[in-house]
Amino acid sequence: MDMQATKKKLGLKERYQVMTRGLDWTPSYQKMEDIYPYVAYEGIKIHDWDKWEDPFRLTMDAYWKYQAEKERKLYAIIDAYAQNNGHLSVTDARYINTVKLFLTGVSPLEYMAHRGFAHAGRQFPGAGPRVACLMQSLDEIRHAQTQIHALSNYNKHYNGLHEFRHMHDRVWYLSVPKSFFDDAVTAGPFEFMVAIGFSFEYVLTNLLFVPFVSGAAYNGDMSTMTFGFSAQSDEARHMTLGLEVIKFILEQDPANLPIVQRWIDKWTWRGYRVLTLVAMMMDYMLPKRTMSWKEAWEVYFEENGGALFKDLARYGITMPKCAETIALEKDHLSHQAWGTFYNYGAAAAFHTWVPEKDEMDWLAAKYPESFDKYYRPRLEYWREQAAKGNRFYNKTLPMLCQTCQIPMLFTEPGDPTKICYREVDYKDNKYHFCSDHCKEIFEHEPEKYIQSWLPVHQIYQGNCFPEGTDPTGEGFDPLAAVLQYYHLEFGRDNLDFEGSEDQKNFDTWRGMATKNV
Amino acid sequence: MAVAAVKTYEFEPADALGKFHGAQLLYIGWEDHLLFCAPFAFPFPPTMPFGAIIDQVLPGAFGYHPDFARIDWTRAEWFKSGKPWSPDFSRSLAENGLKHKDVIRFRTPGLNGIAGSCS
Ligand SMILES: [Fe+2]
Ligand SMILES: [Fe+2]
Repeated sequence: MDMQATKKKLGLKERYQVMTRGLDWTPSYQKMEDIYPYVAYEGIKIHDWDKWEDPFRLTMDAYWKYQAEKERKLYAIIDAYAQNNGHLSVTDARYINTVKLFLTGVSPLEYMAHRGFAHAGRQFPGAGPRVACLMQSLDEIRHAQTQIHALSNYNKHYNGLHEFRHMHDRVWYLSVPKSFFDDAVTAGPFEFMVAIGFSFEYVLTNLLFVPFVSGAAYNGDMSTMTFGFSAQSDEARHMTLGLEVIKFILEQDPANLPIVQRWIDKWTWRGYRVLTLVAMMMDYMLPKRTMSWKEAWEVYFEENGGALFKDLARYGITMPKCAETIALEKDHLSHQAWGTFYNYGAAAAFHTWVPEKDEMDWLAAKYPESFDKYYRPRLEYWREQAAKGNRFYNKTLPMLCQTCQIPMLFTEPGDPTKICYREVDYKDNKYHFCSDHCKEIFEHEPEKYIQSWLPVHQIYQGNCFPEGTDPTGEGFDPLAAVLQYYHLEFGRDNLDFEGSEDQKNFDTWRGMATKNV
Repeated sequence: MAVAAVKTYEFEPADALGKFHGAQLLYIGWEDHLLFCAPFAFPFPPTMPFGAIIDQVLPGAFGYHPDFARIDWTRAEWFKSGKPWSPDFSRSLAENGLKHKDVIRFRTPGLNGIAGSCS
């Protein structure tokens, strides 16, 4: 059988048309609502999917070519880094704890983003957004893979990275990023796009990736830096898609505005709460600091985000209300977060420490309103006690927020001496929240959040021990059993950096690399 | 609608009272002592006397703090869901009106944390 040869090469525009929307068809023997069952229930009204403006004209074949080129460059650098023992050129072995936090907390979200965009793409009746979601879905699985490959090199030499995927679904603080993404992928396709495509990728991504990637660059971690850069050109595409989604939905029907505004409010806050981990990473965990969390928030959210919301004002979108609360928290967030990990350093899969004197001075200079007054006394007391052999390990489980799942560590807006408590009674049960914003999110969809898998409550229900454990047995040690369930090795993966195996090995190996011993 | 869903979505809460093997949850916070990063969560039998919390539980949870040994419990101020409240130490949690997932806090006048910093 002869194939009909193409007469002439198609132009870019035609080619794009043929290879994307041209692949779509109108079903004849199935109903549209059976094929796209999730497109209506969120209340978003779309009248004409053809009004979708493709934010980038990329066809699948061109996509593969670009991505393959990026992969080749990336893997060449990762291999060189591994062969040259690049891990020994990081500033200080404390740095590696940021890598642990990233691999256990963030990389699994890349994989979830892959699934989320595949799902959203499948549910949209329009061919334009479907193709864009397909490509982002592939980008995201590539991000997950390149991160795991790049960071696997650290796993050969350091503790705490060996079970990142297992831990992500179980460890108490990892329930914060995990539940954030689970909340997004269990929403409808439109909310997912606003949550991840817009609020996360467009508004907050610079506060997640830029700090990790520039932190890596400042601290000599070439491999993290390289996968960061390799993802950057994808990110530009993701941001464009996120913005296009918002504009498209808002232009389709005026009734969509209040729904979209509520989602923006919700997901800016949900995303910001996850960034608590980034804030403490920037201010406490990077041996060589790039900028403070407060500075990053001011540049990337208050300035850049401020301009964005001014731009969106013509659609009726306003700055999320939570921005006021966040502004009041920016002097406190990282200090309160690191204090929490110092408290529960026995149950974390990375090491903790009290900052050195010069680091405290840096913090005091960056946080003149808060550090010396509220946080230095606490840290200095911990340091004194640790020097006397009385290192503080909090062994009592904390109360958690029902929505963001973070321990109730946040203080009242405007009063850093009082914990912020909020509660709601719903169907004969009480629910507690860290903030007005987490409370509002719950109140809008209580049936969803009463199902939160709160690590502390799950431990007390007996669901977080290795199979076959008898919690009523003689000498039962609940902390030990929970750490076993996490696959976290006591004395190796957790506790102080000072005296850790990581610290000793790094010093020995670096000594071998730089001295004649 | 209490959740956006394609059909009815109503299930027992993940933390229903019956799932805690006879215990109920009680959250306890110590005001002005943020050395402890967050209030604590405890599973207690509802029949436990309130005084047992003071004698047997709080020393393990808050005892690390140098202020703890200085507490005069007769002067402590109690709050339940943020409102002033006076527990009867000799009666049980249930008799004190404490239900599953209630939150109580106490303030210890004169004790304001490390170097008065509320830590
Ligand atoms: Fe990504
Ligand atoms: Fe919260």
